[in-house]
Amino acid sequence: MAPFLTAEAERRYPGAGTVEARFDIPCRGFSITVLFGPSGSGKTTILRMLAGLERLNAGRILCDGEAWADAGQGLHRPPQARRIGFLSQGYDLFPHLDVAANLAYGLPGLAPAQRRARVADLLTLLELQGLEQRRPAQLSGGQRQRVALGRALAPQPALLLLDEPLSALDRPVQLRLWRDLRALLRRLEVPTVLVTHDRAEALQLGDRIVVMEEGRQCQAGPIQEVFERPSDPAVARILGVETVLLGRVTEVRDGLATLAVGEALVHAADPGGLGAHAYVCIRGEDVLLERGEPGPSTARNRLRGRIRSLQTEGPLVRLTLDCGFPLESLVTRQACVELGLAEGETVIALLKASALHLIPHD
Amino acid sequence: MDWEALRLSLRLAALTTLTLVALGLPLAHWLAFTRWRWKFLVEAVVALPLVLPPTVLGFYLLVAMGPRSPFGRLWVSAFGHALPFSFEGLLIASVLYSLPFTVQPFAAAFTAVDRGLLEASWCLGASRLRTFFRVVVPLSWAGLLTGMVLSFAHTLGEFGVVLMVGGDLPGRTRTASIAVFDQVQALDYAAAGRTALLLLGVSFGVLALTYGLRHARRLPWPLS
Repeated sequence: MAPFLTAEAERRYPGAGTVEARFDIPCRGFSITVLFGPSGSGKTTILRMLAGLERLNAGRILCDGEAWADAGQGLHRPPQARRIGFLSQGYDLFPHLDVAANLAYGLPGLAPAQRRARVADLLTLLELQGLEQRRPAQLSGGQRQRVALGRALAPQPALLLLDEPLSALDRPVQLRLWRDLRALLRRLEVPTVLVTHDRAEALQLGDRIVVMEEGRQCQAGPIQEVFERPSDPAVARILGVETVLLGRVTEVRDGLATLAVGEALVHAADPGGLGAHAYVCIRGEDVLLERGEPGPSTARNRLRGRIRSLQTEGPLVRLTLDCGFPLESLVTRQACVELGLAEGETVIALLKASALHLIPHD
Repeated sequence: MDWEALRLSLRLAALTTLTLVALGLPLAHWLAFTRWRWKFLVEAVVALPLVLPPTVLGFYLLVAMGPRSPFGRLWVSAFGHALPFSFEGLLIASVLYSLPFTVQPFAAAFTAVDRGLLEASWCLGASRLRTFFRVVVPLSWAGLLTGMVLSFAHTLGEFGVVLMVGGDLPGRTRTASIAVFDQVQALDYAAAGRTALLLLGVSFGVLALTYGLRHARRLPWPLS
């Protein structure tokens, strides 16, 4: 069966390079595809090509069996003919219209009574009751974000496109809204493409990820797979953490969470809002190694593992361990020599609970 | 008091403004949003009346409307009278002469509308025309008002072009500004003074009203 969305989009900027990506969304229904990369990597351009706001110089976009763009045939459907919901970074609410009129803007075809009912539904869904008469200038950042989301969802789009939807908000607000957003989109069963440069946002919201750098797509696939097996060092560098693993939350007590990762159990500080699963992010420089019998330590995690490989990176050595799950550690060359670390040796990896960063995921 | 001249002036200014709104909206919209590389040439043509002596513009219009030009002949065969020294001729001249006073504020206001809002509107399914009337126009109202008032006031005060194209025919082409000139020529300083004061009052009133309205609306969303 053909994928729900096929995007093979390329746009050339004379003298400024090319932006290209090839990915698909396998099936209809709820899923979030994250376009991830540093700023200037071309993710927004890809999103704008999906929206029809930029033309393709090569390639094509097919959605739900309809051709939205085909550079070979000179086909370009304008945004009006694509049934999309588009949420830009600045929200772009109409400043001269109140909340209710902003929400109703994309519903001119409905009878007035139906339109009012739909707006009322959206106000309830996004917890905006009582704000219908307000202008965008009189709303908080979080409220504006919800109005913009509601406005984009109002015409029941076939595909939702979100450009850094929460980047303008404070971190505590973000943490709450990430969870709410994913739950909402799941309930509405909207396929979504989301642009972000924030790793935590990508992990918390995404199902699939497209990693971009300098206009080029580096890797695309299910998010867990990409984080566990980056296709090359460039992708690993963009992703920014050495070890990212999906764990099952087994216990949360006294601010400490216990998760089953692979065959091992790890302990981490509870970030709050944990569900059944969470991503465990570990930086290589936070992983201490020990040999012989361990003495008393403040580290909550001590994991016995075998060294799978060593790789020199300037004054440092990157070790890949097998502790029941793959774990990367970054140590100095000197320490490596003193401890006699070599492939096949067994070591103990020490990790403070605070060095394990948890990102809730469903 | 030459009430007839004042009435003619007001009628000319009102009709000129109306015509300019109809012409200026699409032209300014095109200028504000086109990426055509030769757009600057059109901008220069629109701005020409700002710097051209009214006599030069009047001269060309006179020639273009005259019975020896194809346009002039067409007009005569269609309407039975020649354009020069008629009210219609005056209207065409006024529209061209005041074009930059409409188009420039309109285009500036349209350009100031955030492009993201237009894209948001398109993505919500609104056509370009609907976007224009639902988003662009409401957000540009101050610039649109300025353009209309400037065109109106400018038409009230024009002299050179009127004299060249319209002549000085009482009731047909003799506007208030021409009347002042006539009255001075006739050494009737009292009458000239009255007409001049009236023009001054009307012009100041219109401008003051506009700027006052703009100032009041610049405050954030009154009573909303």
